Amino acid sequence: MGELIRVGMADMNICRAPDRITTLGLGSCIGLVLFDIGNAVCGMIHIMLPDSSISKVRDNPAKFADTGIDELIKRLERAGLRSSSLCAKMAGGAKMFSVGGADGTLSIGERNAEAVRNILKQRNIPLISLDCGGTYGRTIEFDPITYRLKIRAIGKKEVYI
Amino acid sequence: MEEMRLEELSDIEFDVLKEISNIGTGNAATAISKMLDGRVDIKVPDIRFLDFNELPEIIGGAENEVIGILVALERDVEGMMMFVMDKKSASVVVSGILGREYTELGELPDEMETSVLKEFGNIIAGAYLSAISKLTGMTIVPSVPALSDDMAGAILSVPAIEFGKMSDRVLLIQSEFSGGSGNAEGFFILVPTLKGFDNIFTKLGLKKG
Repeated sequence: MGELIRVGMADMNICRAPDRITTLGLGSCIGLVLFDIGNAVCGMIHIMLPDSSISKVRDNPAKFADTGIDELIKRLERAGLRSSSLCAKMAGGAKMFSVGGADGTLSIGERNAEAVRNILKQRNIPLISLDCGGTYGRTIEFDPITYRLKIRAIGKKEVYI
Repeated sequence: MEEMRLEELSDIEFDVLKEISNIGTGNAATAISKMLDGRVDIKVPDIRFLDFNELPEIIGGAENEVIGILVALERDVEGMMMFVMDKKSASVVVSGILGREYTELGELPDEMETSVLKEFGNIIAGAYLSAISKLTGMTIVPSVPALSDDMAGAILSVPAIEFGKMSDRVLLIQSEFSGGSGNAEGFFILVPTLKGFDNIFTKLGLKKG
């Protein structure tokens, strides 16, 4: 049956079938999966912030879209995938709270999603499907055999993208 | 101004944050017990650093359904303050304030329940912040509260992201209260920006401006 590998906040991991990979309770963060159709290996990252230039503390590359995606590509290459054949699916980037006169923090979900899309484009990685935005949290789970990304939210039907 | 690294708070600075939290929580608890018409117990505030992933564990794990009430802070201390309760505690609070029999909140709280919870958050935040203002002589202006009923991981990602800009960990100023007609408990999380931290310490004479 394989195991379910968990990816924490500001964290990344590689998964090989028959294992599956998940990250729980995405809010404004982005859950991104990179995979190669024809290979049963994939990588998932839970990104918190759009750009490493936002922060003075950059010890953890997985926290940011720019440094995180590049690090994940490197790890997938080490696991035997070619960066030129990677594809992506992503979810998250919600706006969990609407405070009047909202400052940057509250639209961070949108900025995260946009940053990830831009970086994928720059790296020539096609984005196959996405489920972003809204005002609710998501748990995602990816199966590197079917390449389907399952999305679970409270009070909503499970969807696959 | 010297760049402050959050992980390098001194013992004195830690104690100051604890004391601020203590006073804020005490004030908020008085407000809560008035609203719920019952005695409210508070635990001594706990202040510690957590890894991002440990944060949702304080309230049942990343997928546990919780209610978060958030106010943004402006003026002398910028940042945010969040109050988090599990669904059962929120049900106790709403039932208590509305003076009805204990009723479990539905999948999504209705308009009335939502506004009761927001008002509850508003009063708590106000009580908490006015205590801090009195202690430090600073003006802190809270926004209108916003409410979210969702997975703990998703709700707590909002303060976690704010910390993510200045640290790889979250500073949890946790004040737990319990009591009321049933038994409700919740957590406050105060998230000043780095500048906000700096202003607090400067104002209290721990740092040169």
